[in-house]
Amino acid sequence: MINIEEQRVTLSKIGEEMLNLCQSQVEQSFEAFITFDTDIAEEVILKENRVNALDLKIEIDLDNFIALNNPVATDLRFALALLKINYNLERIGDQAFDIANYTIDLNQKLAPELVEKLQFKVMFETLESMFKDIVTAYTDENLKAARKVFKKDKVINQINANTFLIVEEEVVKNPALVKQYLMALVVMKKYEKIGDLLKNISESIIYYIDAKILKHKKKK
Amino acid sequence: MAKEIEITMENIKNTKIDSPEIVDESTQQNASRIETKGVKVWYDDFMSIKGIDMVIKPNTITAFIGPSGCGKSTFLRLFNRMNDYVEGFTVEGKIKINGDNIYKKKINVEELRKEIGMVFQKPNPFPKSIFDNVAYGIQIQGIKDKKLINERVEKALRQADLWEEVKDNLKKSALALSGGQQQRLCIARTLAVQPSILLMDEPTSALDPISTAKIEELIHHLKEEYTIIIVTHNMQQASRISDYTAFFYLGELIEYDKTRKIFTNPEKKQTENYITGRFG
Repeated sequence: MINIEEQRVTLSKIGEEMLNLCQSQVEQSFEAFITFDTDIAEEVILKENRVNALDLKIEIDLDNFIALNNPVATDLRFALALLKINYNLERIGDQAFDIANYTIDLNQKLAPELVEKLQFKVMFETLESMFKDIVTAYTDENLKAARKVFKKDKVINQINANTFLIVEEEVVKNPALVKQYLMALVVMKKYEKIGDLLKNISESIIYYIDAKILKHKKKK
Repeated sequence: MAKEIEITMENIKNTKIDSPEIVDESTQQNASRIETKGVKVWYDDFMSIKGIDMVIKPNTITAFIGPSGCGKSTFLRLFNRMNDYVEGFTVEGKIKINGDNIYKKKINVEELRKEIGMVFQKPNPFPKSIFDNVAYGIQIQGIKDKKLINERVEKALRQADLWEEVKDNLKKSALALSGGQQQRLCIARTLAVQPSILLMDEPTSALDPISTAKIEELIHHLKEEYTIIIVTHNMQQASRISDYTAFFYLGELIEYDKTRKIFTNPEKKQTENYITGRFG
């Protein structure tokens, strides 16, 4: 394939496939954790291989794209952005994989009052909405959608910041649930990490579209 | 011969883009500043250059890029009045080198060309010895002092990074040198006349990658003493060696900016399409 435009379309589609796969991994990991469905958890664990395979494919294809086409300007930004997006997606896949493993290790369903107090559902809905924005930003080159992600990440951070205090108070009231509380803390941290990684992806999309580097900038 | 047409306000208004902000930080006295205002060129009734404003600062390398027939070589050849020999050539506007309009009637074109050396696409050494090739320009300036000629030949060959390769064979025919060596010899011949500007019209397009790398390295060092303009079809070469890049299309200067900007985030879509190989 000589045409650089065609190569970009192909690479972009594989990137989209990776994005959809990792989104589904996160959704399934949440469902497995909240409903204690070990079948779904097993599925997430098995699909981690697919995430790793796609990660490798994208990296090799981008290596070839850069080496053989000497891209500049928008083509170079596209390649660099996709490289970073792929790296962050692979890490999101890892978080989902870990959550699925924790679900199996925990071997019990989370108490509903715990799920409610720690705001797991609000956190997950926010993550879901961030994923939607990322997909729109990525497929439609939509800057506005990409920028929405930053505000939503703050919601995730806030929920995560509250978790420790809630667990500290609740675990004293109900020591029998200590294992669940500890696991909830760890899993919450994992979802908070996914929020950060989605934010990184959003920065990469903005870099590709607008040539602006937002990394480490407070005002985005 | 060229005929000069006075610049009008309308010409200035028609100018398509601004030059990038040029801050003259040069400490070198030798290199020259080039400035053009409302420059238009015709070959008979065909308008080849359509009103270009540009400032090229001393001690910089500026790359002219654009598809074939876009006017970049025509524009380059305006600076040493090479187009004067083309039948039907007419220029309008002002081209100033160090503040002097080089198309004014009283200009001494031979003197001007001493200031502005040119290197062409194909190496074109004279069928003479290596030494005579470099000494030729010095001798036709009327310099007869052998010691001075020897010194200047050696200096030029060193500047062109050729001295070590030819110092023991100066009497050998220049035609026996490799293509890359011949091109460096042509650069040495140009430098021997001590110009302040070097114009290079695709100087490496006929050379292999090793010779190309040597010439590029040489160009990079030469900017310390000269103002260099290079026409190239090789985008990587433009991005590797130049400080500023000017993109021409259909006789217009579409974009002129720092090379880093042009090759990372150009302002104009046309520039981006060209440098990314989508047209041209």
